[in-house]
Amino acid sequence: MRLLNGQIRTLLIVLALCLWGTSASAQTSPDQTALGQTVLRGAKVHTVAGEVIDDAVIVVGKDGKIAAVGGPDTKVPEGAEVVDVTGKVITPGLVDAFTSLGVVEIWQTGSTVDHAGSGDAVRAAFSVSDGFNPNSVLIPITRTGGVTSVVVVPGGGLVSGKAAWARLGAENGAKQAAFVDDASVAMVVNHGERGARAAGGSRGAAMESLRELYDDVVFYRDNKEGYDQNRSRKLAASRLDLENLGATLEQGMPVLFRVNRASDIRVVLKFADEVGLKPIIVGGAEAWQVADELAERKVPVVVEPTLNLPERFEKLGARADNAALLAEAGVPVVLSTFSTHNVRKLRQAAGNAVRAGMSHTDALEAITAAPARALGRDDIGTVEVGKAADLVVWSGDPFELSTRVERLYVDGAETSLDNNRQHKLFERYRELPRRGEPAERD
Amino acid sequence: MQYPKSLLFLLAAALLAGCATGSAGDKAPEFTAEDIDWPEGMNAQPRDLTPVEVEPETVLIEGATIMTATGEVIEGGSLLLEDGKIARVSEEKLDAPEGAKVIDGTGRFVTPGLIDTHSHLGVYPTPYVKAHSDGNEASAPTTPQVDAAHSTWPQDPGFQKALAGGVTALQILPGSANIIGGRAVTLELHPGISAQAMHFDGAPDGLKMACGENPKRVYGDRGGMPSTRMGTMAVWRQTLQKARETRRAYEKYREALARWKSAKEPDPKSKPQPPSRDLGMETLIGAMEGDILVHIHCYRADEMIQVLELADEFDFEIRSFHHALEAYKIRDVLAEWNVAVSTWADWWGYKVEMHDGIPQNAALIHAAGGRAIIHSDSPNDIQRLNQEAAKAYWAAKHEGMELSEDDALRWITANPAWALGIDEATGTIEAGKRADVVLWSKHPFSVYAEADMVWVEGVREYDRAEDPAPWSDFEVGQFADDASADDEEVQ
Repeated sequence: MRLLNGQIRTLLIVLALCLWGTSASAQTSPDQTALGQTVLRGAKVHTVAGEVIDDAVIVVGKDGKIAAVGGPDTKVPEGAEVVDVTGKVITPGLVDAFTSLGVVEIWQTGSTVDHAGSGDAVRAAFSVSDGFNPNSVLIPITRTGGVTSVVVVPGGGLVSGKAAWARLGAENGAKQAAFVDDASVAMVVNHGERGARAAGGSRGAAMESLRELYDDVVFYRDNKEGYDQNRSRKLAASRLDLENLGATLEQGMPVLFRVNRASDIRVVLKFADEVGLKPIIVGGAEAWQVADELAERKVPVVVEPTLNLPERFEKLGARADNAALLAEAGVPVVLSTFSTHNVRKLRQAAGNAVRAGMSHTDALEAITAAPARALGRDDIGTVEVGKAADLVVWSGDPFELSTRVERLYVDGAETSLDNNRQHKLFERYRELPRRGEPAERD
Repeated sequence: MQYPKSLLFLLAAALLAGCATGSAGDKAPEFTAEDIDWPEGMNAQPRDLTPVEVEPETVLIEGATIMTATGEVIEGGSLLLEDGKIARVSEEKLDAPEGAKVIDGTGRFVTPGLIDTHSHLGVYPTPYVKAHSDGNEASAPTTPQVDAAHSTWPQDPGFQKALAGGVTALQILPGSANIIGGRAVTLELHPGISAQAMHFDGAPDGLKMACGENPKRVYGDRGGMPSTRMGTMAVWRQTLQKARETRRAYEKYREALARWKSAKEPDPKSKPQPPSRDLGMETLIGAMEGDILVHIHCYRADEMIQVLELADEFDFEIRSFHHALEAYKIRDVLAEWNVAVSTWADWWGYKVEMHDGIPQNAALIHAAGGRAIIHSDSPNDIQRLNQEAAKAYWAAKHEGMELSEDDALRWITANPAWALGIDEATGTIEAGKRADVVLWSKHPFSVYAEADMVWVEGVREYDRAEDPAPWSDFEVGQFADDASADDEEVQ
């Protein structure tokens, strides 16, 4: 799939906005025009754009984007459906930046696991989106946690392949729970213990492989004609791999580097500078030790905020306030569950980041705007005019365990919360099925 | 409940007593040297060479909300800890005994120490490396002769983290690769040099068994038995049958020995010879006799029913099913049979047998009159059992189920204490029980709540205000900046 970089995307948003101002967008499908205008009135809105608005009004346009957001006096279009959400809390839909949602149904049943490419070390052409199942039963369950977007990542190898951005709503009213709206949102590369294993046994071997690979990515880019005419030296990866890695050059498609040890993070940053990559650190158990360097370069770090144990030798410095320390240093922090079945726990993860010292504002940003920004999705992640109306109506503080999601909107369309397998099983067994009294114990 | 102490210890004591008083002692020793090779109890605890020295403090907590896990919540109450016990719990203000540490609990909450029925701390410690991986003796599908205590590395950094989450006692089990995995040990969270030193006083051993996907995967992949669920049941029944026969042989020997001893002049030549010991069978006999509590890893409702039938056939009690994601489907049976259910708030789905997990499992068990428990099976979630219980509580409340906070608190205190056989000692805030107590910064069901202080037997083992030295030697001196700080001091 063609890659949309941030600027092109911004341009498209502006274009869409202009069109919305005059008439229906040329790209609007019949289903979308059928969508009425919705007004959410009365909630406390965390815009994640620097504002918290009490007793707010949000107008969702027919195009599924936010048409207006403001205080109680905000002008409401005639004929719009007004939903009273007084006393509730609204945030942007949550984003989990590192999941296997939709490509793994049951981890221990291989036929349902599609997150990894072939056995090669370099799998840059592997697109995880090819295996994405929008009807995964996990997806409606994930939505109950207020999650509306996930980054679906490939695993394994030295270069795992291309991550996809999936939205957890129906696309154009289609009868499905989710859709991939960018199949190539980032490249995933492993270093540290994982990368060393994939490259044959050491960190040095991993870096050697990556340097040779990127040498050849550049060589291939500059000598495509010769390559096609069979006038090329032997290259370190297949044509498609080199082609796909080319998209990461000149700070194009971001690279998710899975790396934990402080020294490994430094090596990755240096390498990214050498080659001209846009790195995102994933895992980053010891990132707090390198916080100033990360902050200076504005390198985002995707953190699992409850990690505080030395799970591996590359995570000896793991600590619960990693996210808090990074945020304090000015690093763009992204929080993730690193999960498949429990992506719904993202808000609990954020709550625990707050418990460990992160500000509530920073933690909310770290599961909405920050991941969107890190991955070039400027159309998502805040409650601002022109942004996608991915909205969550909460009964209270989104991070608190007593709070529940009451309404969920993806692209302005309300999405069912009860229509999930777990809820249906609960309903089925709320009363036990009729059968004889259980036998007594002798 | 009384449990036999260390056989060796008793024997040593008996011998010593013999030495001190000569052969004319008026109290006959319980054991004689001749009995040494034969076990009196199947639950004999190892001798503890390095007992933990406990120095409990006297503490008066005032003004806190005391969640007792007995059904009662006392707002602005007082709690007095003395001599390692809960001395008084009261709605009134109490006078502080001399030398007592008085703590203002205003705005804070007190609960019993949390208890986890399912942990692999120490047997699968961090860092997760092969050198540390000691939880599954996966060399045969039944290994009742092994004991998790012998695999438990007390330097696991996870123990102290669990304590900081309010956990005061936990059961360390073998993994679930084997149908019969071996003995489990209950620890209390005092730092100790060995698992034996951390053993929870008086706690019976557990026995870990497993059904479902894990054993058949592990052994099926090797072309062995079991490779199917029916294979698992067959191996299980065969092994239990052998235990039953061994038990009979032991009983026969006991009877013959008693007859021989009761003779006027026992003839040494005709003294019955004991059968050769079988440590694995002794574990199973202990389970059949109720001295060892049985914990079974099992997910599916139909399999749990089969295992209940197995327990009926071989006459042993199941104390708790673990994980048990489909327990809600047979909650009436589990309540009737008094089998506890140790489960999670929201883990599900990564195996086919976990496909039907729902967040209301614990609450539905409770509603049916059963004993629900939230366990961790995780070095991470054990640090937040309070949050896990809260999620399971709210999942049920949001569906309109009747349930109190005290009910849900019991899922991580009183009920696990029962499942581990330590409920007379701990698990609730009641006078006379051990001072296993947590003082929380906020309501423990809030995501923001932290354990401010944790007492184990009246010893303040955790205090958030202090920056404690790590228990684990592993965590000492790992970073270069530790060394550079030393250098500065030298300069």
